[in-house]
Order: sequence, then C-alpha cells, then structure tokens
Amino acid sequence: MVPELTSADTLSDAERSSAHGLEPFSGCLARHGLELNRGQTNTLQINVGLICNQVCRHCHLEAGPNRSEIMSKKTIEEVVAYAKRASFPVVDITGGAPEMNPHLGYLIENIAPVAPRLMMRANLTALAKENTDYLLRLCMANRVVIAASFPAVSASQTDSQRGKGVLEKSITMLKKLNDLGYGRDGTGLELNLVSNPTGAFLPASQDQAEKRFRRYLETKWGLSFNNLFTFANVPLGRFRTWLADSGNLDSYMKKLSASFNPCAVEGLMCRTLLSVNWEGYLFDCDFNLAMGVYLAGRKRHISEMDDLPEPGTQIPTGNHCYACTAGSGFT
Amino acid sequence: MDTYYDPKDLPKFADIGEEAPELAKKFFDYYGAVFAEGELTEREKALIALAVAHAVQCPYCIDAYTQTCLERGASLGEMTEAVHVTTAIRGGASLVHATQMRKIAKKLSM
Repeated sequence: MVPELTSADTLSDAERSSAHGLEPFSGCLARHGLELNRGQTNTLQINVGLICNQVCRHCHLEAGPNRSEIMSKKTIEEVVAYAKRASFPVVDITGGAPEMNPHLGYLIENIAPVAPRLMMRANLTALAKENTDYLLRLCMANRVVIAASFPAVSASQTDSQRGKGVLEKSITMLKKLNDLGYGRDGTGLELNLVSNPTGAFLPASQDQAEKRFRRYLETKWGLSFNNLFTFANVPLGRFRTWLADSGNLDSYMKKLSASFNPCAVEGLMCRTLLSVNWEGYLFDCDFNLAMGVYLAGRKRHISEMDDLPEPGTQIPTGNHCYACTAGSGFT
Repeated sequence: MDTYYDPKDLPKFADIGEEAPELAKKFFDYYGAVFAEGELTEREKALIALAVAHAVQCPYCIDAYTQTCLERGASLGEMTEAVHVTTAIRGGASLVHATQMRKIAKKLSM
C-alpha cells in the first residue's frame, strides 16, 4: 500500500482527483501493475532555503524575497557530516536561490571533498548579484556543475515566467560563465541549462530543444553550454495557484495524466534521490518537500541518519507525480 | 446543440475510426508520420500546421496547434509571424487575381 500523503492542502488526493475528473496517481500506478519504491540512492539534494531574488510564476516552492526559511550553518554541518557517513556519488544544491544562503561557500568547500559530482542549481540573476566573484572562484576550484534556469530564448517568455529583464541578465551571466570556461570544451567545467515551460503546457522534446537552444545561443550571443534539460512544471505552490487563477488547472492535470508514461516510472529521480530541506528534514524529492510529505511518510532529521535510505521502501505519491511521469519523464 | 464547435469534441477526433477503422488507421498513421521529425523539425512542422489551421479556419486545429507550438518551444512571436504568412498568402492570392481583372478591363477598354 502506498503511504497516504499528509498534505497541507485542504483537499485529499482522492478529493482533488474527483474534482479534476482524474484517476488518483496511486490508482494509475496500480492499474499498470507498478509500484514506486526506492532504489539504490545515489544523490543527496540539499535545499538550502526558500529565499530567492525572483518570484517565478512556476515555482512549486513559492520561493521569493519575502521568504525567511534558510538553512543554518549548524544544519549545513549536519548535512556535511551525513554526506561523509553515507557517501553519495552526486550532491545537488538547490533552493530558492542557493546563492542567497550566506553559508553556501562553507557548504561547497566542505562537501566537495566527499562529493564526486557536485551540482548547484544556479539562479543566474542571483549569481550575478551575490558574492559573484567569490562564488565563481569556489565553483571553479571545486568543479561544481552549474545547472542554470533558462526557460526560453525568447525574452517575452522568459520574462513572463521569471520577471522583467531576466533574459538579458541571464545572458550576461552566461557570457561570464563561458569566459571562465564553463560550458566550453576541454575545461571540465560543466554548464547545463534547465528549461521549464512558460505556461500550462508540456515541455519540448529535450533533444530537439537542446539543438535549437544551442544553435540560437551560439548564433545570437556566441554562448555555449553542455546539456539542456526540459522538465514539466509541477502543479504545486505558486504554479498551482496560477493554474487555478487562470482557469488552466483542470485541463493541465488532464494533460499530465493523459501523458502518463509507465516506462518513465523506473527512472524517476525520487527512486534514487534523497532531499533535505532547510531545517534538515528528509523527503523523497523536492516536490514532496513542497507538499510537506516526509521520506517514506515518516518525519526524520538528517542527524538521525547513519546510512543511505533503505532500498525498497515505498515512496509517498500524489497527483503532482503525474508531472514527473508525463512523456519521457522527470529524471 | 448549442454550437457547431465545442472544444470538448476535439478529443473525440479518434472516434471517427469507429465506422471505418481501416481508413482511420491509414489516416492517423500517415498523420503521425507527417509530424515526426524529418528534414523539418517537429517545431517547424507545428508552425506550418498553425499557419494552415488559420488558412482553413479550423477552430479545432487552431486550438490543437497553438498548444503543440508552445509544447515544441515556439514563442508567441514566431506563432504570430506564422499567421502573418497565412495572411500574406491569402491576401496575395486575392490580389494576384487583379492581374486577370486588369487584363480583362484593358481588353474591354478603349
């Protein structure tokens, strides 16, 4: 039996399904003879807080300048200590804007030695504002892979999702990263772009979008990057509010569920990722973190963990999971 | 029936196969193959389809290919330019017939 969600939402999963005429995600899995269980965990995703300089309309965490939740140095020390105990091949720093956590440098310096692959989800406009030169030197010295949000090559689409002037500022920061060697062949400094749709529709095919972005960014601005990832927007937080206010919620949920791809379930990131929030509590993914649904349905602090999470434990699901199983899936 | 065009009917498109399944299969197989990436990308084909949808003024097609264009990464600017192509061809197709009008008028006139 898949654990029940204890969502902050007032409606239960079944009630929300009924309201949207949707089959609950758990039922959809069962109908396909599937279960969502944890595999061998290989990634520690650290959400260092919800403070952000932007108020993106698709943000499932409702991050922004008015949020106060931020990971303390003490919690960062507990996260680093756990990473040393458990040994993760990949560590992925996210937020909010991670750049706005004053202890980000401490985290990078201390976790890099135990993280064979260290990634940071950079908000390019925050990276341009917050201790830029110090952070960039630190990222280069520790071979931090930078994953930068970059939804579209069109200013109107990017700015409508992320705020006025964001495309222009992002281009300036990407130029700086390229000048430092990020995204350039032979430097070993990896720069990836992440594109989320700028509305209530599914993302473009990753391969085709990557080709187009590469051609366009090279031709127009002389920019280069390593990989582009396209992800569906998850109907939680600020994006869910926008969907409801704009009258798109029902049709978007139906679109997601109609695009359910049973083959995507095996590769879902929640099967191999452990997410820790700004307070040090553990979740199966950043979306269950947004929902307040703990790892395997049980509230546990990172300081209580000795090893990697047990493979085979069931992952709590909800209808937001349809966003990760639509099309080629969210891996 | 309140209206000839109801957005709820669009998902029923595949139902036309109930009466003539073999023909429907041929059509939908062909349709799928046409829109797969080839010499043109899926995004370019979606923009062409959007332009044609405006030319044939099919509300179902406009709804479907507006969404498809967005899902293939097209911007509203590109989609608007595509519809201007429709408009230019439709307008041009009228205007170019003025050559006939002028030829006939010249023949009849002193």
